[in-house]
Amino acid sequence: MKTDIQCTVFDETSAYCLKDLCRLCRVHAQFIHDLIDEGILSPQGNNPKSWRFGAVEIKRIQISIRLQEDLQVNLPGTALALDLLEEIEELRSSKSLLEQLHALEKRV
Amino acid sequence: MEFKDYYATLGIERNATQDEVKRAYRKLARKFHPDINKSPNAEQRFKEIGEAYEVLQDIEKRAAYDKIGSNWQAGQDFKPPPNWDKGFEFQGREYTQAGASQFSDFFESLFGTRSPFTRAQTFHGQDPSFYRKGQDLHAKIVISLEDSFRGSKQTVTLQRPTVDANGHVFTSPHTLHITIPKGVTEGQRIRLEGQGGAGIGKDSNGDLYLEIVFASHPHFSADNRNIMLTLPITPWEAALGATIQVPTLGGTVELKIPPNSQTGKKMRLKGRGLSSSTVSGDQYVTLAIMTPHPANKSDRELYRKMAETMSFNPRRHLGVTS
Repeated sequence: MKTDIQCTVFDETSAYCLKDLCRLCRVHAQFIHDLIDEGILSPQGNNPKSWRFGAVEIKRIQISIRLQEDLQVNLPGTALALDLLEEIEELRSSKSLLEQLHALEKRV
Repeated sequence: MEFKDYYATLGIERNATQDEVKRAYRKLARKFHPDINKSPNAEQRFKEIGEAYEVLQDIEKRAAYDKIGSNWQAGQDFKPPPNWDKGFEFQGREYTQAGASQFSDFFESLFGTRSPFTRAQTFHGQDPSFYRKGQDLHAKIVISLEDSFRGSKQTVTLQRPTVDANGHVFTSPHTLHITIPKGVTEGQRIRLEGQGGAGIGKDSNGDLYLEIVFASHPHFSADNRNIMLTLPITPWEAALGATIQVPTLGGTVELKIPPNSQTGKKMRLKGRGLSSSTVSGDQYVTLAIMTPHPANKSDRELYRKMAETMSFNPRRHLGVTS
């Protein structure tokens, strides 16, 4: 049993350059450029050499790949889906806070 | 092995047209795609839908499946009849398309394995110069808020696709012991290099991504790195101010409530949230004033006295006088 597993947490401090990002997500740089042009990714930095991509970008790239492969969603559709998914996520978390408050009111 | 009713999976009649099959599949695939649907069985459903579609979208496979007969019930114990696929175009085990997911035993007994590796192996055999990266696997791991607060050791068991020396693909359980550092937050992902599906060639294993999910906690919830707690207080604590005890993930601390506090007031306990080695999180306490039920005559008297002596109109801004 291997115990020493290389483990990387993607958090708000994660920052990858274009080359590392492409290797990590196994995509061509062109795909990243397309996602940036569509507004799906917004890296830090002004030009491709100084671009830095974080945890959110990696997740968006991987979801984009899956949506395109599994559901044949095109690029604008992917962008729309990602935005809506994030909005749903925010609504869900505020809903659970509200539910917590309501549960508390019922208890008293 | 259980019989799979592919028509029921897609929610269509056995006489559905190919267009209806496609429409039903598209609709369900969107609904149950694991990136979109957050319910825990979504991924399983998505795979089942994909498997049903793989068979029914193909006229040959659909005809063969129909030939097995409509007398079977989903879940019924099933063995394919001998030579059942005779007369169809797809005898042999190299029939199915390449794809990422693993299909059921039922599917495999009828149509062979579906795997991205099967074909590659057929063409390249054990040629050491051939390299193919294994697939990345994605899974969720449920941990408690306390696990995140302190850091934890977790054991996960996953079904991992593996290729044997003859190029056959099978899934085998794979147990990992992982140390999850402190301060991971919900939705964050951990990449375990080389722990995904097996590839062909040196260092070719895919990676495993574990997404952090928090088990629900009776008191706390997490908003990114911040821990949220709704704290019930009495009207007199709110009015006069008080020092009260507040639970945090790291134990009880004291919090000073200023006089004239209202329900909804948010107070911060710095550094009491989910802190990693580089970024720190806070706990936010939202005050909620609880009105005590008057339990007896003297309680009611107390309320009446307040009503008489205190001039308080919380509805003044609504333009009403009483």
